[in-house]
Parts: sequence; C-alpha cells; structure tokens
Amino acid sequence: MSTTIEQNKGFGATLWDYLTTVDHKKIAVLYLIGGGFFFILGGLEAMAIRIQLIKPANDFVSAGFYNEILTMHGTTMIFLAAMPLIFALMNAVIPLQIGARDVAFPFLNSLGFWLFLFGGILLNASWFLGGAPDAGWTAYAPLSTTSPGHGVDFYVLGLQISGAGTLIAGINFLVTIINMRAPGMTYMRMPLFTWTTFVVSALILFAFPALTVGLFLLMFDRLFGSGFFDASMGGNSVIWEHLFWIFGHPEVYILILPAFGIFSEVLPTFSKKRLFGYTAMVFATVLIGFLGFMVWAHHMFTVGLGPAANSIFAIATMAIAVPTGIKIFNWLFTMWGGSIRINTAMLWALGFIPSFTIGGMTGVMVAAAPADYQYHDSYFIVAHFHYVIVGGVVFGIFAGLHYWWPKMFGKILDETLGKITFWTFFTGFHLTFFIQHFLGLMGMPRRYWTYGADQGLELGNVISTVGAFLMAIGAIVFLYNVIITTIKGDKVSGDPWDGRTLEWSIPNPTPHYNFTQIPLVRGLDPLWIEKTEGRKGMTPAEPIGDIHMPNPSILPFVMSLGLFIAGFGAIYQIDNPIWLVVLIIGMGITFGAMFIRSVKDDHGHHIHKEDLDKGAGL
Amino acid sequence: MSQEHTLNPEVMPDEPEKATLEGKNKFLGFWFFLGGETVLFASLFGTYLALRGSTMGDNTPENLFGLELVFIMTMLLLTSSLTSVYAMYHMKNNDFPKMQLWLGITVVLGLAFLGCEIYEFYHYVHEYEFTFSSSAFGSAFYTLVGFHGGHVAFGLLWIITLMVRNAKRGLSLYNAPKFYVASLYWHFIDVVWVFIFTVVYLMGKVG
Amino acid sequence: MKGWMGKIRTLFLLSLLSLLLSGCGKENLTAFSPKGYGAEVSLNLIIISLLVMIFVFIVVMVIYTIVLIRYRQKKGQEDFVPKQTEGNKALEVIWTVIPIILLIIIAVPTVSATFDLADTTEKNDSLNISVTGNQYWWHFNYGEEEIQTSQDLYIPTGEKVYLNMMSSDVLHSFWVPTLAGKMDTNPENENTMYIEAYEEGVYYGKCAELCGPSHSLMDFKVIAVSPEEFDQWVEDMQNVNPDATPETASAQEGQALFENSCLSCHAIGSSPTAVGPNLTNFGDRSKIAGVVDYSKENLVKWILNPEEFKPGNKMSGNYSVPEPEEAEKIADYLLQLQPSEVTPESATE
Repeated sequence: MSTTIEQNKGFGATLWDYLTTVDHKKIAVLYLIGGGFFFILGGLEAMAIRIQLIKPANDFVSAGFYNEILTMHGTTMIFLAAMPLIFALMNAVIPLQIGARDVAFPFLNSLGFWLFLFGGILLNASWFLGGAPDAGWTAYAPLSTTSPGHGVDFYVLGLQISGAGTLIAGINFLVTIINMRAPGMTYMRMPLFTWTTFVVSALILFAFPALTVGLFLLMFDRLFGSGFFDASMGGNSVIWEHLFWIFGHPEVYILILPAFGIFSEVLPTFSKKRLFGYTAMVFATVLIGFLGFMVWAHHMFTVGLGPAANSIFAIATMAIAVPTGIKIFNWLFTMWGGSIRINTAMLWALGFIPSFTIGGMTGVMVAAAPADYQYHDSYFIVAHFHYVIVGGVVFGIFAGLHYWWPKMFGKILDETLGKITFWTFFTGFHLTFFIQHFLGLMGMPRRYWTYGADQGLELGNVISTVGAFLMAIGAIVFLYNVIITTIKGDKVSGDPWDGRTLEWSIPNPTPHYNFTQIPLVRGLDPLWIEKTEGRKGMTPAEPIGDIHMPNPSILPFVMSLGLFIAGFGAIYQIDNPIWLVVLIIGMGITFGAMFIRSVKDDHGHHIHKEDLDKGAGL
Repeated sequence: MSQEHTLNPEVMPDEPEKATLEGKNKFLGFWFFLGGETVLFASLFGTYLALRGSTMGDNTPENLFGLELVFIMTMLLLTSSLTSVYAMYHMKNNDFPKMQLWLGITVVLGLAFLGCEIYEFYHYVHEYEFTFSSSAFGSAFYTLVGFHGGHVAFGLLWIITLMVRNAKRGLSLYNAPKFYVASLYWHFIDVVWVFIFTVVYLMGKVG
Repeated sequence: MKGWMGKIRTLFLLSLLSLLLSGCGKENLTAFSPKGYGAEVSLNLIIISLLVMIFVFIVVMVIYTIVLIRYRQKKGQEDFVPKQTEGNKALEVIWTVIPIILLIIIAVPTVSATFDLADTTEKNDSLNISVTGNQYWWHFNYGEEEIQTSQDLYIPTGEKVYLNMMSSDVLHSFWVPTLAGKMDTNPENENTMYIEAYEEGVYYGKCAELCGPSHSLMDFKVIAVSPEEFDQWVEDMQNVNPDATPETASAQEGQALFENSCLSCHAIGSSPTAVGPNLTNFGDRSKIAGVVDYSKENLVKWILNPEEFKPGNKMSGNYSVPEPEEAEKIADYLLQLQPSEVTPESATE
C-alpha cells in the first residue's frame, strides 16, 4: 500500500482505483474499513443495550426498539464486523504467506467484498425505513415470519446478499491455497494461519448454503405466501432452527479458527520458537472443523428433540473440547523455553489464553444437556459466547491487526496506545461478561429489555455496564491509534518482528505483484530457515521474467449494486406490485454485468521484466 | 505464471480445460461450488421430506403425480447429460463443430425438459388448484422442484451464451475451461434430478 | 451420592456467597438454590462440570504463569535463539487422553440425567396440566379437573406434575429456575416435562425465548402448596359459579360491563378461553398481568391503557376502551374474584 503514490493520484482516481481493484491487498483494506465501520455500529448498539440494563425498569429505549437493537447488534457483529475483519486479514496475508502473486479468482474476490458491503448497507437501511429486524439474530420462526413491518425482510435480503459474498470468498481461498502455493510449500509446510483459513473456507462452503436455503424459505413465507414455518398450513418452525444452526454452529468455528491461526503466528514469532506440535495443531484444526458440523442441535436442547438426540449432541459437543485443549497446551509449550517479547500483538495473544480457556470451560458446561436446561437462553449463554467471540475472535483480530499492520500499511501501530487499548479492553471485557454467568443462573433470561427491582439482578447489571464502557474506551483509543499512526508513524522495514513466514520476506511497501520472483520453500517457517542459514531473503524458484496480473474491473461493484436495488424491489413488492419493476431492473443490472463478464474476454496484463527493475507496480 | 502460454496452440493438450492456471483454478473452484450446491439441495430435500406429509387435507403426492410425464422428463435430462459428454469428448479431440452440435442437442433436450416442467406445474395449478400456498407440502414441492428448474434454466442460458459467443472463433485454451465447467454444471443438475425423481415422485407414489 | 453431593453443594454455595455480595440472586428465582427435582439435577451437573473445568483452568494457568515468569526475554539476551523444539509425542498423548477421561466423568452423569428428566413412565398416573404460551401470558388447563387458570400455576408439593406444553403463536420457553430447567413451547408439537417442588412456596417463572416486545414482561408464578391445600384449591375452583352476583353495587355494575365487553376474549370459570387470559381467580393473584404491582389503581390504568405496561400486547387496540368510571367498576368486579382460601400468600406462610 503505497500511500504517497495514492495521494499524488487525487481523490477521484483513488476512489476509482478502489472501486475496480482486484488486488488482494487493496481488497483487504476495503474489508478492514467496511468491517471496522460495522464494528463501531455494532459497538454502539451494544452500549445502548448495556445502558438500558443499568437499572431495573429503565426506559432508555422502548421495548420494541430494544429488540431491534439486540437483533442488529448480533447480526452486525457476526456477519458484518467479525467475518469481514477476518477476511481483511486473510486477504492481506494468505497470498503472501503461500508465496502467490494474487488469489485464484481476483475478480470474484472483489465481487465477494462488494456483495458483503451492499448486503450490510441494505440490512442497515432498515433503520431509516420503518424499523430494523426485531426477531433476534437467530430470527426464529414464527416470530420472524409474523414480525410486522419490513425489518425482517431487510434481514433476509441483506444476509442473503452478503452471504453470497462470503460463499464466494470461501471458494476463492480454497482454490488459492490448493493451486497457488509456491514451489516447495507442501501442505505440511503451510503456516497455521493458512491452514485455518483453508479449513474455515471449507466450513463456509458447506455451512452457508444451509443459511441460504433457510433465508429463502423465510423470504417465501414472509413475501410470497408459502407455509414452511406456519403451523396452520402444516409447516414446522423447528425446520428453521435446524437450518439456522446447521449453518450457525460451523459459523462459530468459521470465526474462531482464523483467530487460532493468528495466535499460532504471533506466539511463535514473539517467543522466537517454532510452533510446538505443528502436526497436532493441524490435526486439531481439521478435527474441530469436522466436528463443528456434528453438533448443531446443542443449540436446541430445550426444543424437545428427546433424550436420545440430546445425549448424542451433548457428547459430540464435549468431544470438541479435546482438540481445543490440544491447541491451548501447544500454544503454552510454544512459549515454554522461548524468549518471549511482550508487545501489543503478543499481549492480545497472552490475554486470549485465559479468556478463551474460560469460554471453553463454559462451553463444556453448556454441552451437558440437563445443565443447559438452566443455562439455555439465559445470560449464562450470553457470557459464554462473548467469552468465545470477544475473548477469542476479537482478541485475535486485534492481535492480527497489530502484528500485520506494518505489512499492510508499512507502519507499526503505536505501542503505548496499543497497551492502553489492551488493558482497558481486557479489564472491561472481564468486568462486562464474567458477572453475566451468575446473572443467568440468578434467573435473568437473554434478550430481556428490563428486569424487576425486586429480583436481585441490579448489582450484576451495573458492574456489567461499567465494564462495557471500559471496552468502549479501549476501542476509541485503538481508533485514535490508527489515525495517529497513519499521520505520524515511521516507515519500517519489511520484517520488523524478525518474522518466520514468507510474508516477512517481502520489502516494504509490498509490490503490486507481491513477489518479483516466486520463492522456493524449503520447510516450515521458510524465512526463518533462510535466516538461520545466514541468508537475508528467500531463494527464488524462478528467474526474473514477465509477470502476469489480472485487470481491474468495475463489474463486481455493478453486480452487487444490482442485487442491492433488486433487494428493495423484493421487499416492497408486497406493498405495491409496482416495486416488481425495481426488482426486475436490479436483477437486470446484475445479469447484464454477468453477461458482459461472460462475453468480454479478460486475459489480464503483463508487467514486463524490464519494467520490474524500474519499480513498476509499486 | 510468468511464462507466456499460447491460447491457440497448434495441437490441443490432452486436457485443454486444465492446461492453464486459470483453467485449473476454474476447474477446482467449480467443483467446490458444486459441493456447496450439494448442501443447498440437501437442505431443500431435508425440508421437503419433513413437510411432504403436511398436506392439510389438500392434494397429496399420490393423487397429484403422474409418473408417465416424469419418466419422459427423466429420460430427456439423462439423455442430455450423455450428449454433453459427447460434446466434451469432441472438445478433447479439438473438433469444434461437433462439440457445438452436441451442445446444441443438449440444449434442445434441456428446453424440452423445461417445457415439460412448466406444463406439469401449470397442470397442477389449474387442474388441481395445487399451488405454492396450498399447504406446507405445496410450498416445499414447488420450492425443491422449482429450484432445480431454475438451475436448468440458468444452465441453458449459460451454454447458449457460450455457444453463441465462441461460434465464430472456435476452441482455445481460454474458453475450453468455460465449456468444461458448464458441462460439469449440467451433469450436476442431472444428478439432482435423479434424486428428485426418486425422493419426490417415486416415493410420493409408492411410499 | 446424594449426601456427598449435598456437602459439595453447600461448600460451593458458601464460596459463591463470599464471591458475590448480592448472594446468589433472589430466593425463588435463582437456579443456585433449587427447590425442585429438575433444578437439583441440573445444579448437581453444573457443579460436577464446573469442578472438572476449574481443575483444567488451574493446570492451564499454572503452566501459563511459569512460562511468563521464566521465559520472558531478559535484557542483553535479545540475540539469544532458543532451541526450536518440534513437539513432544508423549505430551501430546497426555493432553489428549486426560481431557478425554475428564469428559467421560462429565458425560456419564449427563446422559443419565438427560434420560431421567425426560422420563414419562409415570405420566398417566400423575397430575397433567396443559401449558400454553401466548404473547405475553401463560395459560394453564387442568384437563381432568376441568380447571382453567392463567399466570398462576398451582401445583401440589412432593409429586411429579407433568406439563404438556404448546404455544398459540410464536415460540416461548417455560422457565422456573428454582424448580427446573426450561422447555420450549412450540406451535406445532407438544413438549412434555415434569416438575416436582420439594417445599411450599411461590416460585418465579419467566419466558426464555424471544417472543416480541414484551418478552421480558411475561413473568408468571408457580404456587406449590401441600397436597391437602391443593385438593382444597381444586374443589374451590371447580365450585366457582361464573354468574355469581358480587356483593357491592359497583362490582355488580362491573360484572354487567365485563359480561358485555370483556367476555368475548376473557373467561371466568372453566370454559376454555379464546384469546385472553382466564380471570377466574384474578382476586387471588399478587401481580396484574404477571408484572404490574397489584392495586386497584394499577388495574384501572391497565384496563384503560395496557400498552403502557406491556408493549405489543394483543389487548391494545382490540377492545373498546371503557370510560374511567366504568373501568373502576370492572376493577371492583375483578378484584373480588377470590374463589379460594389457597393463595400465593397462604403458600408462603
């Protein structure tokens, strides 16, 4: 990312550049900005929830509005903040880590991003168009099918569009990792972040279609008169729960596995030691991914599936604790005997271990079905999944951002501000969520707008809200850090951490084509191997030659825009059939763009080797 | 990909669809896509199986389905799968006109299938007043079979577009993967239909 | 097993008490002090799994602390390169096998408790009550006894009571933390669970599945009374004459108003209600609509504008709002509907 050149280009040209880019590094920046924006939005929604609950019988927000806020908080954080931020890191790092010049499908990579963004905007447009969805992020039928207004329609179409983007991104990374690895980069030499991305992409591929179908059925029920979840037509609302969780549980691992990958990069680098038990770590990753598909009904212990189903799913769920435990111990022993440097990235990794262990502990506890009859849909569950998602995923994203920021932007985030962020956020996090375990068992169900003054729930809620404010302060300091670093930070070398993997062999700033010569990989931690043998950089696997690169295109943007427009048509056609015209226009734009893509040849372009010496592509 | 490859070589390689990196990526990516599509149809089949008894006293699978038409449709689609295999065979032999011919036959058979399906739906709606909103069974039936029909229609448009676009310039390493994945898609649709034929129609009549 | 579990539980609760200034929440709402069979089974399992997990946590934290103390980079050692260990097979086996053993310790009681709590062999010989979740109130139908009530569920202590649950609209979940874990009410199929209260008392219940704006305002009560009192209550309820004339003139006028305007949705007596809560023993309740403090003033307010108390309820907008003085009379009528001596107050005495 060369900021100076962009400044020279002028705003219009830069904007066009980003609208049409197919460069994975720029798409990473787009994902970071998009995901960051929605993260702030979801954070504001979280603060509204905590302020409403600070005292009994509070009326900071109304009951109906509260349900919209909690629904959008969950939906935004999962689909529009956590996943895009993870995609930002994957896009920024994966091609560099495997020694590739780009991803397998640069065009689709761009399409994936724009679909996510337009889906997210469509979903959030509901705030201004009569109210947001209010049936929870799980959108259980029949509440979701009978919810008045258009809120849930925006949920269905927004997620459908952004979900398509996610599916595309999943396929892209699968093929990238299989087909685009540098010579010598065998599967068992891939860095753990690449491995987790690989497994996660497979999870996306096999999990998201279930959500796609669920959303279609929900849409048909709401907008086109079908009766899938309508008991009076013979429908069954439990089908939605199954479809949602067949997607929803793997989704949990889609979020957490990349975070595991990030920690598996950060911990070895700052312990100056190779990852302990690499093979076991890979095995555990694959096993977690596989088991992730076998356990969805543990979200449904109280639905009435019967004791046999509950027992089977309880035991399958507990089994996941084994590979997860393997990972925790391998991380600990990676540090054992090492030379540990503690900077901000490492702090997040170190904060993660106890936090996530607590989340994992409560995970085993909620797997015990009869105990879950008490935990289920109470604040205990809220505490549990925030320990996993914040203590695991968000900590991982922060660690990854601090670790790879110099690779993405050429500068190191300010360490002092970083440490302030960590300590306020870390303290606030435990303050907010630890007490919620107790609140749940003290009789506070989840998604409660208010609670009575005589129910013994006040103190816990006050503590929780105070913690939430600390987390907010931490997040604000981080934003300030990003701004101040961008303005004042110093340029660093391409390898500021004494890194071990391929991405650190690339000079700063990273050239447009990543590698002038594709490197030859001779083992795990390839850069570290070269360093121990006294070389400064990688041994090339090919002579300097012309480099083939894909062309930029505006079509992904246009296709996504078409679906965005069509979404409004689909939502409002139930009020007035004239909106069908909008639906058709939108689909026409999308299919038109697909048609152009199909008939117009795109062979990419070449950067000639004579130009490489002149710094072309920088 | 630093070395230049010719997209129109004198002699086509054995597997023209996988001769370039782009082709290899497309080939693999498409297989993954079909993996996702499998989950999609599996979810629809699961929903259908859960709801096929929920007829609410309205039309049931037994009184609706006529196996004669469905048998003809099955034959049409199975044959079209075979003709698309012939097309790919000719692609590997670099015989473009024959490939186009067999793809054309595939399209005709696909169109005939689609016509039958439209007739079938029309028949149910008008003779039996069996619609999407009749019962949960109705919703599930039209969704599952309709999703498949939508895939057939999309596949036809895709193959026709490819045939027209490349009619004048012939086969190259650039478009060979495109033809190949289109035919893969066509096979996939065919396989899904076999399951629909079994699960929806045969089990509906017998089970 | 039971005595041993009891001791651990006391110890556990004591330590928890010292942890939390507020104690373990409000008695009769918290899952920490079970007063019924299901809640006890759950709590035992919670404690077993928690103890095992605390052991794991301690092991992790001990290693973590040692690592952070011993292996921090020291000044002047920046160039030190540690040995690049690949791994250790023995260790991998240890931290695979030991967790499996620990999980089996949790899994065995889990499976046995799952089947125990789903046991319906005694269902036909026990008291059966149909529970219906509605937006935003609970209906209870004692089929054999031909009694209908809402909001307050009366049960006898010391025996299994089977609850057959469904929903009339969206999903709800029936949760009385002190007595048992929760069970969803679904619109298309019936779920069955049993509860058994050990002691007399009023136990607080909540809806635990998001069901609309007033999800958090669906509180209800389970009133456990001795079997004798329960029989008395059943008799009292069966003897209710829906047309009995109230004593005061105001209540009599209220009755006439009620029969003219309210009876199309609500019911008094054992006839099954259509859409609104059954009000047979309204005068015996301790809350209006489950969440509003019980007073005539509040009741009048409710009759005039229920939306103020329960946003999104199905009464608002679906009835002709009476004049304030009419509402007073209806309130007088409702408040004197006290068919039984057995009430929430008598259960807590």
